Amino acid sequence: MLVRGRTALLLLPIAAGALIGAEPAKLAPDQMAKAARTDAITIPTPGELFAALQKPGKPNWTGAYRAPIPTTYKNRAQLALNLGGLIADGFIAVEAQDSQQVKNIGSDVIKLAKALGVSQNILGRSNSINDFAETNQWDSLQEELEATQNEVKNSMQSHSDQDLVILVSIGGWIRGTQVVSGSVAANYDERSAKLLRQPALVSFIHSKLNDVSPELRNDPLVKNVNEQLTNLEKLVTFPTGKSPSPDDVRKVNIVVTDLIQQIQHKTDTK
Amino acid sequence: MRRGLFFIMLLVIAGARVSLADTDAEVNARKNALDVAGAFTNDGFKLRDGHWCGMLKPQDHALIAVNLYAGNQYWFAVGATDPARKIAVNVYDESGRRLTTDHYDGGDRAAAGFSPTDSGQYFVSVDLVEGGSSSFCLIYSYK
Repeated sequence: MLVRGRTALLLLPIAAGALIGAEPAKLAPDQMAKAARTDAITIPTPGELFAALQKPGKPNWTGAYRAPIPTTYKNRAQLALNLGGLIADGFIAVEAQDSQQVKNIGSDVIKLAKALGVSQNILGRSNSINDFAETNQWDSLQEELEATQNEVKNSMQSHSDQDLVILVSIGGWIRGTQVVSGSVAANYDERSAKLLRQPALVSFIHSKLNDVSPELRNDPLVKNVNEQLTNLEKLVTFPTGKSPSPDDVRKVNIVVTDLIQQIQHKTDTK
Repeated sequence: MRRGLFFIMLLVIAGARVSLADTDAEVNARKNALDVAGAFTNDGFKLRDGHWCGMLKPQDHALIAVNLYAGNQYWFAVGATDPARKIAVNVYDESGRRLTTDHYDGGDRAAAGFSPTDSGQYFVSVDLVEGGSSSFCLIYSYK
């Protein structure tokens, strides 16, 4: 039973296990195929992934930190991918309850957003992130990080940069998956390993990436991410009820770690 | 010429009114959904900063795909507006099988809650059980 305490009092008309109305007991394949899929609802946030990761036991969040990444990329696709990854880093710092790390990452997020030309709206967010970090308001920080990401995406959409929106989501998913697969590989647990089962999610982000402009799709980094998503879709496909083996987890971790290195790598020619 | 311009202006104004009315309805539907979801935040659920709005027709349903993680608990809250009188939320697994969930039913507001045992794709259906076509808005929370 999910409903407890104050929630139960507020929602008295709740019926546990009830099935109501004349809704179908089973959806037809064409209904599922035609279901709406949106960036804002269909793609989970790194916060959701990390919430599930800590259910069996608290992971070593500070061990998941990475060295600061450059913030002066010239390639817009690379900026967008790294922005998503940095926001995932922000969620890690929140889970670690490390206010200084949150502030450092918040500052880098603003630098990348500025480079993408979407900083005006999110400068206020930067101040809020600092204020919440100073006062250890971790739940508010999570909300602020997600709101910052959505504001950047909205700004991209209104500036005809909608193709970059999916890259922000992909960057966040890859970094989140690197952290989860790394944590599970280091300390194998069947329940945590189950989090890596996301074939439909990878298929969705892959299809969105195939819809971007040919110019962006032919960017060498985007092209490589696209190719690796094909590989990852196979690696995160497991039957329901079955946990991936330690070897399966390691294989996922190797691919996403390699992708993160390529995404954060800065060359002078770009 | 003048009459033509006047007619175009009328069309533009009428179009703007329709557009504003839709936006208002979605804002109200979202407010209703937030009212329901607010109760879950008291229990430690985190509200996602995203929503999905649309139109519901009688005897029809709206369906959206979500990707959930095993171990988390989820509540999907939906709000609608007049003339919808009763809506329902249901959750289906990736094979299309309807799942047993906790339910909140409050007329033009409803919610479904459950904890997936498998990570992966699920479908959330919003159904208009009683009343006329209406805007709706879905939000979800997790912990």
